[in-house]
Parts: sequence; structure tokens; C-alpha cells
Amino acid sequence: MKKIRAFIEAAGLPRVIIGGFLVLLFAVAPLAQISVARSVSDTLVRMAMNGVMVLALVPMVQSGCGLNFGLPLGIIAGLLGALLSIELDITGFAGLFFAMGVSLPFAAIFGYGYGLILNKVKGDEMMIATYVGFSSVSLMCIAWQLLPFTSPIMIWGYGGSGLRVTVSVSEHWLHVLSDFLSFQIGNFYFPTGMFLFLAFMCFLVWGFFRTKIGTAMTAVGSNPEFARASGIDVDKMRTISVVLSTMLGAIGIVVYQQSFGFLQLYTGPFYMAFPAVAALLLGGASVNKATLFNVIVGTFLYQGICTMTPSVINSLLQTDMSEMIRLIVSNGMIIYALTRKVQVKR
Amino acid sequence: MKNKSFKDILISNAVPIIFLVLSAAAIPLSGFTTSYLIQEMVTRMGRNCFLVLSLLIPIAAGMGLNFGMVLGAMGGQIAIILVTDWNIVGMQGLLLAAMISTPISLALGWLTGEILNRAKGREMVTSFMLGFFMNGVYQFIVLYGFGMVIPVENHAMLLSRGFGIRNAINLQGVRQVLDKFLMVDIGPIHVPMAAFIVIALFCLFILWFNRTKLGQDMRAVGQDMAVAKSAGIAVDRTRIIAIIISTVLAGYGQIIFLQNIGTMNTYNAHEQAGIFAIASLLIGGATVSRATITNVFVGVMLFHLMFVVSPMAGKTLMGQAQLGEYFRVFVSYGIIALALVLHALRRRMDKERERQSLRGGDAPAPANGH
Repeated sequence: MKKIRAFIEAAGLPRVIIGGFLVLLFAVAPLAQISVARSVSDTLVRMAMNGVMVLALVPMVQSGCGLNFGLPLGIIAGLLGALLSIELDITGFAGLFFAMGVSLPFAAIFGYGYGLILNKVKGDEMMIATYVGFSSVSLMCIAWQLLPFTSPIMIWGYGGSGLRVTVSVSEHWLHVLSDFLSFQIGNFYFPTGMFLFLAFMCFLVWGFFRTKIGTAMTAVGSNPEFARASGIDVDKMRTISVVLSTMLGAIGIVVYQQSFGFLQLYTGPFYMAFPAVAALLLGGASVNKATLFNVIVGTFLYQGICTMTPSVINSLLQTDMSEMIRLIVSNGMIIYALTRKVQVKR
Repeated sequence: MKNKSFKDILISNAVPIIFLVLSAAAIPLSGFTTSYLIQEMVTRMGRNCFLVLSLLIPIAAGMGLNFGMVLGAMGGQIAIILVTDWNIVGMQGLLLAAMISTPISLALGWLTGEILNRAKGREMVTSFMLGFFMNGVYQFIVLYGFGMVIPVENHAMLLSRGFGIRNAINLQGVRQVLDKFLMVDIGPIHVPMAAFIVIALFCLFILWFNRTKLGQDMRAVGQDMAVAKSAGIAVDRTRIIAIIISTVLAGYGQIIFLQNIGTMNTYNAHEQAGIFAIASLLIGGATVSRATITNVFVGVMLFHLMFVVSPMAGKTLMGQAQLGEYFRVFVSYGIIALALVLHALRRRMDKERERQSLRGGDAPAPANGH
């Protein structure tokens, strides 16, 4: 009993509940005539799809800027890169990396401005980040209508104006990363390329936090006064973390799109930050501390729930409750993290 | 205190002034007649002011904008669904809906208050997420509870599968009951006097409440929790009461809103209520820590003026009504972002000034410092 309690203490109650729920879903999957191999494979695909976007939250949490609800800003940069690569008709890996490469300067510029705002509002970052995200998404709705793209894949036919709501990437770089070195055993498909890429990004972030700047950033996050006393430029570190977070967000969405198959414009990016935040918190991160382990575990658990609830619950109960369960799990997780007793920083 | 410079007035009213200028430019572009616009404004004031007023008390208690007001709106909507199903029409239906919504909102308000007391210093983002969370619970109740656990007689309201409420329901029984109760025509303009009387009563309630012991306590808590606590005020309890009042009133506000519209968008109406109410209040010049009744009326009017004219102005200007539509969504979110940033900036400047004065040096005059 004591051991169990210690385990729950260490892993955190929500993680234990969600993990248990996920195990239960996998256990009853055969009863619902669902292939477990297929389900595991789907979970892994979605985990790799979303992993980089969850990873994108880490720098800002570490530097004390809180959860990056302004992730849509990075997503917009990623969308701009992806659109340009399709407009210029670049296919295959070249197109994918072109999209990422082009999105980075956009993300850097957006992130810099966003970072300057967040430095002026210390203590209120999360609420303002949410609304910076929302307002930039709605501003871009106007831009998507007006930007002078010409590729027939992207614009409305028959005299309509502006970009389509969803733009297919199937003719350019659909699954190029997913299918790289991928293999299939029966129902089980493993997207090796995406996992290699995720591992590579994790490695870069891991490496970054071991450089001088990375260490300084963590110091700013854990104690800004102390960091300032030891000669670290607090505002500069925070800005760098925001820029980094936005750039990772841009890369994350491109990875997501090559697997998903479509660019979702207009109101698409509105709520994309919340699942990523929920996943990170589910992995055991708190509002001011996150590790790569949290990213991996959290993304797996969250995407596992998202994959398994529609299929299992739908076939058992003959009704679609997945959307609701997702809302309750993800937002409940965020509330749990926000109400946890942590040192309130000034 | 009297020698407030012109610049100060400009700065402290920046948001409403920007809005006034925007609307002034957009009205001629939209091509609407004055009497049409006035009628629209009167109708929309009657419809929305109550919802916006429900935000005032938590602001006085220092809890910021109560994004949790959507919980009250959900309570109001569940009450309206029940009343519509039981086919209780007219004023009785409306009053019964208000009565049913009260205990639901009380419970939800208490829950919100408890949670926010655990998240002091980040009430706004927590109440915001709580709105999303309860949205899931609300969907569960309305999509599964109704017809399965809660009996529904009127099958026209149910989805074809036999349980769960349809996406849009027709509120024939209570449609414009309050508005038509006392409709006064002033020239060509129809004024829903009863709605305005209810709103006036609410304003009086707020003015009276601010003078009570509880209202004073709330302001003390809003000023400084630590000081209030050492003065013997039960801080947590006071905060919970503030949120409960706000939630219950938001429930009534949503009922008033829905009876005017006459149909209910079952799964979105509450979300829109929250975002529009908060945007309106901020546009009226309120901040996260200070909001008055005047802010409410000015804000509702300016926000809805823009709301009415911007699609048509967009059409004239760009040839597309859709652009105006996007523009007004952008404005509602952008204004909240701007107001939050301005508030955080001002708070930081105040803190800086305080520190200056502690140093014993000449504290710069509050008006023209920095």
C-alpha cells in the first residue's frame, strides 16, 4: 500500500488516472473488435505528429514565461512557410525542408515581437499569450483572404478570392517524413522518419539547455532575482526563449501537416495550443518546470487517449463521446496544473 | 486631483477613443440610416447590458475579468431548455427559467470560487480554462443527459437518435416576452422598456451593494488581500461570494439575451456570451481592476455599433462582407489583448513609482512619470 502511494505521489495523480484509463482502453479494445496493433500504431503516429509542437512549449516554461498559449503565432509562421513551398511547387524532402526553412525567419520575427510584449507584462503572461494567439489568428484570417497567392491548389476556383480553408499537401510532400525508413508488420505501421526527426529536435533542445545561454535561461526561470544578481540579462533570456518556442512551433506544424495531409488555414490554428499544453502537463510538467521526459510521456498519454476513445468508446456505446472526453481531460489537466500550489513568482 | 491634463484623459480612455474613431469612419461606409442604427443599438443594449453588468462585482473584488461567467450562461441555458420542453410560456416561463437557473448557477459559482481561491494571482487564465472545461461537462449533460436521464417530452427538441438536444432550438414560448411586456415607441424607435427597467434595477443593486459591509469588504480584498486578512475579513469567503453573485447574474443575463434572440444555439451560445461581454466591457474603458456602470453602457454601445457596421463597411471598402466579419472577430480578441497589456503595463509602472518613493527620492508626479 505504501509503495502504491509513493508511486502515485511520484507520478502525480492525474497521470496515474489517465495512464490507467489508457491501459483499460487498450485492454477492452479486442472486445470492441479493434486491432490493438493498429491502435498502438495510430497512437505512435499521432504522438510523432504532435511531439514537436509539445516540445515547443518547453523553452518558455523553463525561462519562467509560463505555458505558451500563444503557440498559434508559431503555427502561423509554419503555415506561411508551407504555403510558400507549395506556391513555388517544390516537392518531396526539398519542399518540406524549404517550408521549415522559410517559416523560421517569420517565426523569429513574430517571436521577437511577442517576446517584447511578454517582457512588459511579467506575471500575466499566460492570459495575454492566449489573447495574442487569438487575435493574431483572427488577423491572419483577413490576410489569408488578401495575400496574393496564385497556385490553383490553394485558391478558391470559380471567381472566389483568397485561400481555401484547407489546402492539400498530397501533391507536394505528403508523408515524406513519415514514410522515411518506415516499416509495416501486419497492422502495425511505424513512422520511423517522424520519430527520428522528433528525437533530433529533442536532442537539439537538450543540447541547447546545456549551453551557456540555456543554463542562463533555466536560471532566469527558477529565480529571476538571483539570475539578475549574477549578471544575466533576464529580459534577453526570456525573449530568446519565446523566439525559440515560436520557431519550434513553426517546425512542429509543418511536421504535423506532412502527416495530416492538409494545411488548416483561417480558424484552424485557434485552439491548437490547448492540446499541446494539456499533453505537456499530463506528462508531469508544471507551470514553471518541464523536461523532455514530460514531453514524451505526456504526448504519448494524451494522443493515446485521443486515439483510443473515439474507436473504443464509439464501438462499445455506439455513440461519439470522444470530443467531450478530450475537452474534459485536456482542460481539466490545465486547471489542475494552474491550481497546484507552486511558488508564486513576482 | 482636478488638474488632470488633456493627455491624461486621452491615455486613460485610449480604448474607447480608438473605437469611437473607428466607428465614426465606418458608419458612412456602411450606408445604414441613422434611425436603423439607433433602433439596433437600443435593441442590443436591452439584450446585452445585463450580461456585461454581471462582470462588475468580481472586478471590484480584485479577481479580474470573470471568464467563468460562461458557467452562469450555461446554467441559464439549461433552465431555458427545461422550460421550453415543459412548454411553460410567457412571463411565467421566463420567471421559472430564472428560478431554475439560480441553484445551478449557485453551485457552479461556488465551484468557480473554490477553484479560483486555489489559483490566486492567475484567476483570469484559470477561470478561462474552467469555461472550456465546463463546456465539456455541459456538452455531456445536454448531449447525453437530456433524453437519457432527464426526461424530455418535446421530441422536436431532440436529435433524431432519441436523446440529446438539437444544435439550434426554437424558444417560441419565451420569445421576446420581456421585450414586448412594456414596449414604448419613441418616434420610430421601439424601446423594450421592461428590459431596461430590469437593467436599471441591477445598476441600483450594484450601487447599493457597494455601500454594504460585504461590498466594502470586497473592495478591501480587491485592494490588498493581505491587509484585508489582517483586518479580519474572511478573504476566501468574500471572493467566493463575489463569484457566486456574478455567476447567478450571468445566468439571468443569458436568459434575457436568449428571450430577445428567440432561438438558441445550444452548443455555442454561452461561449459567445463570454467573449462578447468581456470585449464590450473593456471597450467601454474598463480595466482588469476597475470597472464602472458607465463603462458597461459605453462599451456595449460602441462594441455593437462596430458589430453592426463592420460587415457592410468591409463590403464597401473591400468588396467582401466576409472581411468585415473577420475584422470584427479580430477586434474583439485584439481589444482584450490590448486591454490586458495596458493593464499589466500600468501596474508595473505603479510598482516602479512605489519603489522610487520608498527610496526617499522625489517621487515623480503620478501623471507624467515615465
